[in-house]
Amino acid sequence: MNPASHLGTSPIRTDAPAKVRGTLRYTDDLIRPGTLQTAVLFSPLAHAEIQKIETAAAAAAPGVRGVFTGADWPDVLIGLYMGDKPPLARGKVRYHGEPVAVVVADDEACALNALRLVKVEYAPLPALGSPREALAPGAPILHPELATYAKIPDILPEPGTNVANRTKIRKGDPAQAFAAADVVVESECAFPPGNHVAMEPRVAIAEYGADGRLEIDSSTQSPFEVRNLLARALGMPERRIVVRAGPIGGGFGGKAGIMLEPLAALLAMRFPGRPVRLANTREADLLSSPGRPGLQARVKLAARADGTLLGADIEFLFDSGGYADYAVNVSRAAAISCTGPYNVPNLKTDSLCVYTNHPFATAFRGFGHIELSYATERAMDLLAERLQMDPADLRLKNAIRRGDLTPTGAPMDENTGDLPACLARVRKRLAWDAQPHRVVQPDGKIRAKGISCFWKAPAIPTFTDAGAVLYFAEDGSATLGTGVIEIGQGAHEGLRMLVAEALQTDLDRVHVTRAVDTDRSPHDWATAASRSLFMAGRAALEAVADAVVQIQRTAAVPLQCRPEDLDVAGGRVFVRAEPARFLPLEKVVLGYVYPNGNAIGGPVVGRGRYITPDLTGLDPDTGAGKPWLEWTLGAEGVEVEVDPADGAIRVLQAACAMDVGKVVHPALARGQVVGAMAMGIGYSLCEGFVFDARQVVQNGSLRDYKILRYGEEPDYFVDFVETPQHDGPYGLRGLGEQGIVGMPGCLSQAASLAVGAHLAELPMTPEVLWKKMQESAR
Amino acid sequence: MKELSGIVEIVLRVNGEDRRAAVRPGDTLLRVLREKLGLTGAKCGCENGDCGACTVLLDGKPVKSCMVLAVECEDAAVTTIEGLRDHPVQQAFAEENGFQCGFCTPGMILNAAALVDAHPEPDDAVDREWMQSNLCRCTGYEGIRNALAAARKKLAAP
Repeated sequence: MNPASHLGTSPIRTDAPAKVRGTLRYTDDLIRPGTLQTAVLFSPLAHAEIQKIETAAAAAAPGVRGVFTGADWPDVLIGLYMGDKPPLARGKVRYHGEPVAVVVADDEACALNALRLVKVEYAPLPALGSPREALAPGAPILHPELATYAKIPDILPEPGTNVANRTKIRKGDPAQAFAAADVVVESECAFPPGNHVAMEPRVAIAEYGADGRLEIDSSTQSPFEVRNLLARALGMPERRIVVRAGPIGGGFGGKAGIMLEPLAALLAMRFPGRPVRLANTREADLLSSPGRPGLQARVKLAARADGTLLGADIEFLFDSGGYADYAVNVSRAAAISCTGPYNVPNLKTDSLCVYTNHPFATAFRGFGHIELSYATERAMDLLAERLQMDPADLRLKNAIRRGDLTPTGAPMDENTGDLPACLARVRKRLAWDAQPHRVVQPDGKIRAKGISCFWKAPAIPTFTDAGAVLYFAEDGSATLGTGVIEIGQGAHEGLRMLVAEALQTDLDRVHVTRAVDTDRSPHDWATAASRSLFMAGRAALEAVADAVVQIQRTAAVPLQCRPEDLDVAGGRVFVRAEPARFLPLEKVVLGYVYPNGNAIGGPVVGRGRYITPDLTGLDPDTGAGKPWLEWTLGAEGVEVEVDPADGAIRVLQAACAMDVGKVVHPALARGQVVGAMAMGIGYSLCEGFVFDARQVVQNGSLRDYKILRYGEEPDYFVDFVETPQHDGPYGLRGLGEQGIVGMPGCLSQAASLAVGAHLAELPMTPEVLWKKMQESAR
Repeated sequence: MKELSGIVEIVLRVNGEDRRAAVRPGDTLLRVLREKLGLTGAKCGCENGDCGACTVLLDGKPVKSCMVLAVECEDAAVTTIEGLRDHPVQQAFAEENGFQCGFCTPGMILNAAALVDAHPEPDDAVDREWMQSNLCRCTGYEGIRNALAAARKKLAAP
């Protein structure tokens, strides 16, 4: 009677038919007549005083309903963890692409025509092009008002400087460790900021109703967060705001913060009863809405002659751009995990989020871990070189294990994944121990291999939550409602499988509600930090258990037994000892009706809740605390081929083995890892903003901002280790972001080996590689 | 050469149906499909011809509908993703996880359908050149590559 377990099978996604037939409606597919359209004027300069904005001619243009500038909302400041950003620039612009004015019109053509009539006079100011420049004495202070900004306690800005956050980690006695070391290496590395390039540009459509309620449709990963932050920014209680989010066209963190919603809301409040659509063009999505941070890092390692790490001295300078957004917590996350997955007993780390005049930064897949991993892996490579040790052996020797203390001083617990096993699988796949790591091919091209290890913990509020409700229909099928957004990752599929497994029923008898609506869906922190299947999964399992109790209670009456003697499986509720005494679920889940028409019970509604149970903040002076819920550990490796004639680099194979606790849907799990590896390849080899001397972006369109294309992908190898996460549903832990984290490290190692020089900057374009080869040939 | 101004009525042959629309001469086919005809399968990914999310077929050939004016298409047969029903390429994309978020998928599928039609036999160089017109940010192209192979197999089956 019980169907076989679903876990570990790969059914076709339920959203497949709508997606392959193009009928799935994304936010911008909700086209409503009467919607006011907008066009936004963006700053062409990275740093300038706004001396004058002339809007009269634009306001008088045909079809225009209003033209707005920063002066229209002199007090509104928006932010995620720190409110530092006006909805439209006020007084000055801080990055190329900052919104300066917006035209609202009956249609887009009118709005765009009128936009040309808005005239802005700027007085250019010196532009800061890197965190180090921004920290240099005498650098212009981008946010003189920093001390006055509202913020959460975990973020520690330094007013009077350009530091938006500093997280300190102090563990053991690093000075002593460096004094006692046989070897010390110091590594520096850097990369510029870039963008998520989700295929769906960000969009928000807001309407302010006669009832004083604000309704917002947004391509957001965090509808509840948006509601809460909007409430604070607008001084409006949450009960007057509803945020709806359908399926979205890729997020990667870029839709996790608060973006277009505040401006859309403010505009809607000027035109009650009319929806206002604020939609990014691709260029606006790249420049104006937040991207990912850049980095300048310095990592100093102290080790014994046998490679054992004794201590580390680390400085991460995150390039947050003109505003802080999520980047203040990205820099904090990087501090929490600063060593990479290695046991480092003595540690001094300063991780700073620094304002510059670059496009501002938010969450990005990996959330500080891709950055820290790149920096620490580069340092590990230097150390291996100095010790003449195999880089994989050095990593194995220091691999973090159960009982070791993380940088924040909390011990790795019984849920610690098996990093040595992951590393062994990648080594085997790359024939690491059987073949030389650098081979010159007969055609002169150079093949080289690289290997890295990574870890990731979600950097989340200590009270990160997820709710779930389970309803039933007349046919006995169950519908799960959560606050999880389907961003392509397949979380709804995973949740469906968890519920079907817990109900021991067929998959097609479980449905997961696609759209999230803050009025109707249970609260959920955000679809971010690779935590949806874990946390909403826990809530869903509790909702199933709650529903089962109600089913047992109703069914026990007609089945004439005790509720606890009943089991639910296979679409039935039955007496455990006597399975032939049963009722089909459809006779119970909406209440049981006797032959004479009398009824008992009523609709079953399962309720489930989850909140992170034992997390703490960080001590501001030492970073001590337990801010993490779980760690996903893994290893990655690549083989690349570099053409010395032109520096062209091709990734032939990319391997990843990670310990995910439990694989629920192997095909989707693989898809997440493969997609993340591909993104990591782009991150390392071709992506990132190019700036001129005035910090104006030179590659602000998809013609110039290169991401991986078809045929540039390697052969992928993905393998999973399953050391159970005891507090995760069925033992699982997060896996959505992690595949990106180790890629810059192993690609840098391989490319460095190929060109014969230590590479310390991304992206490693053919031009960069060719120049390095010319230099090393000299 | 046609000369048009103001708002003009055109008839487009879309997915085998004659569809009337009042358009501006400067309106792209993409915007007309989406905003006048309600065919939102084609997406505005960049409106600059770089990403391929708006790909449709004009007389069976893939075209980026953001780069063509609607008034230019009156004499062509337009196929959008909504007009493709149970095509082997669609089935293959579903079965091989040739998508994740699904936003690039309509354009990707139409381009792939035209590819396997023009080139029933796989050829890496041709596939690469053809499929590089479309960007996908989720899949790392593995599922898409597998879907192409599976679709060709389905089409070759007797």
